[in-house]
Amino acid sequence: MAASSAALSLPKVFRPVLGLGRSGNPAKVWAAAASCRREKSTFVGRIIPPPAKYGGRHTVTLIPGDGIGPELLNHVRELFRFSCVPVDFEVVNVNSSVATEDDIHNAITAIRRNGVALKGNIETNHNMPPSHKSRNNLLRTSLDLFANMMHCQSLPGVQTRHKNIDIIIIRENTEGEYSSLEHESVSGVVESLKIITRYNSLRIADYAFRLAREKGRRRVTAVHKANIMKLADGLFLQCCKEVASGYPDIQFDSMIVDNTTMQLVSKPHQFDVMVMPNLYGNVVSNVCAGLVGGPGLVPGANYGTNYAVFETATRNTGKSIADKNIANPTAMLLASCLMLDHLRLHDYANMIRGAVLTTMNETRLHTADIGGQGTTSEVVQSVMKNIQSGRCKN
Amino acid sequence: MAGNAWRSTVSRVVGAMKSQASHPRTFSRGLQTVTLIPGDGIGPEISTAVMKIFEAAKAPIQWEERNVTAIKGPGGKWMIPTEAKDSMDKSKIGLKGPLKTPIAAGHPSMNLLLRKTFDLYANVRPCVSIEGYKTPYTDVDLVTIRENTEGEYSGIEHVIVDGVVQSIKLITEEASQRIAEYAFEYARNNQRASVTAVHKANIMRMSDGLFLRKCREVAENFKDIKFTEMYLDTVCLNMVQDPTQFDVLVMPNLYGDILSDLCAGLIGGLGVTPSGNIGANGVAIFESVHGTAPDIAGKDLANPTALLLSAVMMLRHMGLHGQAKKIETACFDTIRDKKVLTKDLGGNSKCSEFTGEICRRVQDME
Repeated sequence: MAASSAALSLPKVFRPVLGLGRSGNPAKVWAAAASCRREKSTFVGRIIPPPAKYGGRHTVTLIPGDGIGPELLNHVRELFRFSCVPVDFEVVNVNSSVATEDDIHNAITAIRRNGVALKGNIETNHNMPPSHKSRNNLLRTSLDLFANMMHCQSLPGVQTRHKNIDIIIIRENTEGEYSSLEHESVSGVVESLKIITRYNSLRIADYAFRLAREKGRRRVTAVHKANIMKLADGLFLQCCKEVASGYPDIQFDSMIVDNTTMQLVSKPHQFDVMVMPNLYGNVVSNVCAGLVGGPGLVPGANYGTNYAVFETATRNTGKSIADKNIANPTAMLLASCLMLDHLRLHDYANMIRGAVLTTMNETRLHTADIGGQGTTSEVVQSVMKNIQSGRCKN
Repeated sequence: MAGNAWRSTVSRVVGAMKSQASHPRTFSRGLQTVTLIPGDGIGPEISTAVMKIFEAAKAPIQWEERNVTAIKGPGGKWMIPTEAKDSMDKSKIGLKGPLKTPIAAGHPSMNLLLRKTFDLYANVRPCVSIEGYKTPYTDVDLVTIRENTEGEYSGIEHVIVDGVVQSIKLITEEASQRIAEYAFEYARNNQRASVTAVHKANIMRMSDGLFLRKCREVAENFKDIKFTEMYLDTVCLNMVQDPTQFDVLVMPNLYGDILSDLCAGLIGGLGVTPSGNIGANGVAIFESVHGTAPDIAGKDLANPTALLLSAVMMLRHMGLHGQAKKIETACFDTIRDKKVLTKDLGGNSKCSEFTGEICRRVQDME
């Protein structure tokens, strides 16, 4: 089976990689790192989706979140019901305004139970005291969703300054600048720690290269700032180089983050697959989302070894357009298609995706964020009509 | 006792007035000395070009050329040559070309040395679309003000255990206050309508939270300028879709680095972007941020636009708005005409021809 052979091939990749490291005894470091992981999972491997339960129906956790999340996820549920998709949603509400973390822990338990989740963004009020951590971040780190994958593709029906963009961005999702480790050592002086570990850097680099190989991509670019942060980003870059040596068929290069953003706005076609630590990933993914048409068009996926959570790529709450029926449902609908792909329900995924893209490209029912005057419900109705008539472009 | 208190009050008031008046300065009479650091690679050619254009415009500037290299001072610390430092301390204004950053030379980069020597805490980069140099983005007119001394670039890193590295991002109340105050003063002096603080306080609660708090406090004293705050990712998203919605942006070091280069990319790259560094004690060094381009050095092919626009920024800083406008208009007109352009702008003229054309236009405007 493909899954087990992939899992078996991994240790072979990593034995030489660990041997190349300058660390004292690679086996010891590896064992120490591996034993401290809570899940006794194999290193990456193929992410196995949870099996369908009774009647062949999957249960997926649904976290509505704030802002436009609830209305868009309602549309997703409506669409799934209409298309007879064998997925049941377990809704877990997370109230972002309370100080206790019970809600988010309930959500995490639900995701552990079901294995897969579809979520809207949970707002983080940054005016609350620092002990009130970001709920989204807590979810990602508790479930160890180490890879955030975003595929930016220009949609033919959308007017943008740059055409034919096709970039995959892989962003480390659990550490880096988002470690939430801060302290005020002296009054008026705050230190925030950015953590980079060998384990996570190797993991994300390997994920990037395997994905590139699977999708037939030619180049992986590592984005970093190792000229300034010599140790931290230097370690990340070194790990990427080590993993790259195990994939001779894929070209590897690196670029400094400020140059990357400059190149993205002038010549975005030079990029293929990009891999980077957390904060640069945030910047680059938002720039790329802007290049292809905005936050309403791009879906994102967070993968861990045992869990997967799907959401919009730019993670916006959209408070200002909530409940006005003007939000663009495309990103959330495409995210739900990614989820269906993960559950191996490829037929349903392709059907819905085709219908969404047909709506986007041919019937031109654009919402306000991409320059049109359509409403959310009009778009969803059009998608349903396309599914019904079977008029889908795969 | 009362006499002492009165005297100290008077001196404090006079000092405050003087410091306010010193920035911007007006030099309606007499020559102002400016320390010129030509730099490496194409540095000397573009510096000569700028000097020629300023001469044609009859700008009241007296250039004092100095070179900066890293020398080891007493106590083993790396520093810049004393002549360069003294010249800068006296003139307070500097114009710098690109400096080579040697790899494995044992000393830190020259830019870092200059920054440390003169405590250059603010990096200002106005990004204005150049008519005639087509990019997919038109009507860009914003300024990025970046804190230049601390933040993520503090350089404090440790290996905790083998395989785990920590890098410390430092945010202090003092530096945040200083940069916020500079940003609002700049907005006021240059008739800008709003200042936006860029942050990620939803994730970095304490550090960016402190930065944001300081910005809010300073905004209270500048009620005539609109203050908004925006997340870094939202800024990036909106910048790429509609850059016209931004005016002045103020932010910590790393975000500033990324955003200022992003904005430079919007208007056409580092070859046409001016930049200024403001330091404590009224020191200001204006520079071109592109590289030394060793492959075209000495061949009269370089494009002096970046250094020229930085020099124009310098004139504005000194209060010589008329001269600044004249030179800037001449430069933009030349680029818009598209008859005499250097290779990187899409033409095939030489640097000297481009310079000559700008000089001619400046003289015609008299």
